[in-house]
Amino acid sequence: MLSSAGNILLTGSILFTFLIIYLSFQNLREKNFKIGKDLVYLSVFQITFIIASFILLTFGFVFSDFSLLAVYQNSHTSKPIFYKIAGVWGNHEGSLLLWINIMVIFSYLFLVFNNKSNKSYSLYTLLVQNILILGFLIFLISSSNPFFKILPVPLEGLGLNPILQDPALVIHPPLLYLGFVGSSIYFSAAMGAILSNIEGKNFASSIKTWVLISWSFQSLGIIFGSIWAYYELGWGGFWFWDPVENASLIPWFCMTALAHSVLVLEKRNYLYNWVLILSLITFISSVTGTFLVRSGILNSVHTFANDPSRGLYILIFLSLMIGFSFVIFIKRRISDKFYVEPLSKETFILSNNWFMMFYLATVFIGTVYPIFTQVLYDTKISVGPPFYNAVIAPVIIPFLIFMALGPKINWIKQKYDGLKSFILILILSCFINFLIFFFFKSYNFISNLIIISSLFLIIHSAKDFILKAKTKLHFNFSSFLSHIGFGFLIFFIILNHNFSKEFDLNIKVGETKKMGNMEIKFNNLKIEERENYNAVIGYFNIFDSEKKYQKRLNPEIRVYENPQTLTFESSIITNLKQDLYLTMSNLDGSEFYNIKFQIKPFMLWIWFAALLTASGGLVRIFIKK
Amino acid sequence: MLTKKIKTRLLFLTSIALVSLLFLVFIYFNLKQNILYFKTPSEIFSNNEVENSNMIRVGGMVKKNSIQQNNKEIQFILTDYKKELIVVYNGAVPNLFSEERGAVVEGKLNDKKYLIADRILAKHDENYMPPQMKKILKENVK
Repeated sequence: MLSSAGNILLTGSILFTFLIIYLSFQNLREKNFKIGKDLVYLSVFQITFIIASFILLTFGFVFSDFSLLAVYQNSHTSKPIFYKIAGVWGNHEGSLLLWINIMVIFSYLFLVFNNKSNKSYSLYTLLVQNILILGFLIFLISSSNPFFKILPVPLEGLGLNPILQDPALVIHPPLLYLGFVGSSIYFSAAMGAILSNIEGKNFASSIKTWVLISWSFQSLGIIFGSIWAYYELGWGGFWFWDPVENASLIPWFCMTALAHSVLVLEKRNYLYNWVLILSLITFISSVTGTFLVRSGILNSVHTFANDPSRGLYILIFLSLMIGFSFVIFIKRRISDKFYVEPLSKETFILSNNWFMMFYLATVFIGTVYPIFTQVLYDTKISVGPPFYNAVIAPVIIPFLIFMALGPKINWIKQKYDGLKSFILILILSCFINFLIFFFFKSYNFISNLIIISSLFLIIHSAKDFILKAKTKLHFNFSSFLSHIGFGFLIFFIILNHNFSKEFDLNIKVGETKKMGNMEIKFNNLKIEERENYNAVIGYFNIFDSEKKYQKRLNPEIRVYENPQTLTFESSIITNLKQDLYLTMSNLDGSEFYNIKFQIKPFMLWIWFAALLTASGGLVRIFIKK
Repeated sequence: MLTKKIKTRLLFLTSIALVSLLFLVFIYFNLKQNILYFKTPSEIFSNNEVENSNMIRVGGMVKKNSIQQNNKEIQFILTDYKKELIVVYNGAVPNLFSEERGAVVEGKLNDKKYLIADRILAKHDENYMPPQMKKILKENVK
């Protein structure tokens, strides 16, 4: 029943998408100034049908209708309701349906909110967006239909991978998708702008909000993914430069560059071509990332729902998308005037774009290089954190300095009069760095410089904020939040990187081990039955003889029945200063338990700073000048 | 005859090209220095120039009944059904690590038969097997 209803809804959606494409063509030829009412109605039907199909699938998961293959493979009756819902996007089919939902919703909202723009621009945008939607709908129906039926109906499902049963991972995919897929709307808008030849300024002001929305959600998505990786994967880090992580970072770089350069286009009507290119490659890089990760071409430690056979369709779709968009872009050459004073806000915004493109190139090359060596030389390699650290760390330093100075510079032209405060803040930053260095002992040269430059950014932004608050002039609060947040983020990451400690050992129940001034005692072991798993809980005492504190940590080994898996749950004690992080594992019932104990300073502050950075975008959306 | 406008534009373009080139060279050299080679135990055995200083990744199956533990470390044998490699590791293992399952270890070779691992990688997907492993299995188990 559910299956046929779902299929009807999906077929309906395809039909409406077709009709929208057809009618937009018709409407373009007519010579009136308004978009036809029928198009708006059709869009309402389309959005209703697609959301209904998503809700239907959610029902399938909540009520465990195992006649659906997707439900059977990814759900189980004993699962808590929260994770039953999460199961909807915890698999390939459901997540693709979510993807299309977001595309349709954005398409509709863009149509409704941009009713004042040029008619042919809106129509072309709608047209391109719906061609994209159609492509993904066909992909959904033909190769990954979430409403695929199985007969006979199984009595019980296979269950969701336990490692995905986690609150942070429940919201991580929708957030990331809002960013990823949200970028489709300004891909379409850029195509629309090229085809309808509208002025750069109008294009910029119509996509600005959408860029900010996708940027904010992309940032939040990345943050939640990192938080999940930190406490669920048990190795105590939050960023591994794994291909999957890089795939989310590359569009983020594009969005960040776009969010800045779109301002130049809006204010000064420069950089039209560049903004168009950025709008196009943001979505292209999102789809490319999805393709590389889902097809299993890139060997990642955390990919879910991958299947090589699906890669081919995405590859063809992607090639068509890139091919068409760039042919159209080159054929319709858009004139662009260009003259920038060296010391103006434009220069600083451009410098942001330069840095972003540098990071993008670095991450992109690092991610795809293994594919090339495999094909060309048949050597299997991987590019790990040392590469990224070596390349990105030195370039962070000038980046942070530029980021500090940028917001205060005026448009068009400015005489620089802030040399005195520049030097003062620099000296202050060096002094604080020296204090940190003095009290906490050594770290390397580059770390010193990064800490100085991040402090420079923090202090400079704070100074601007305080001075502006006094004069009560117009102040760009959102950029202040993001910039100072980013300064704190880099600052705490570097401190965390330099002062983390790690102890690895094997220990038996009842034993006490000493490592330096830390003492670890394994008190006892208990087994507890929980809702859908059994937990083996270890009771540990940590004693620091120098700082005189004693803490209790209870890491768990969770044994899931459906599917049969183990997960190791780390135990973390968080406070303002540091995290104590303990994971335990056991091999084949041995009397020894393998322990990884870590002291990670300022973890809470890293999350806080990252959220602060992301909040800047949200603030800008909700508080208009 | 070059006008001033064209001159500045040329200057601008060449400087862009130069800076980009410089950055690409910078990226490239760092890449060369920091790649991790992925090997199988047989490849390590047949390769004569084992560089002790470099980190590598080795993929294989954990041999049955080969895991030993004492109060300091875990020792096990990684095999591709042709050659074996002894791996020594400290710390907690990933949840999917067990006997007769695929694993990838990252560390430094002591000699051709002995590796000190810094990290054990396992993908958190219940039917995980690295692509390299699938190939190895196809070739060796018939």
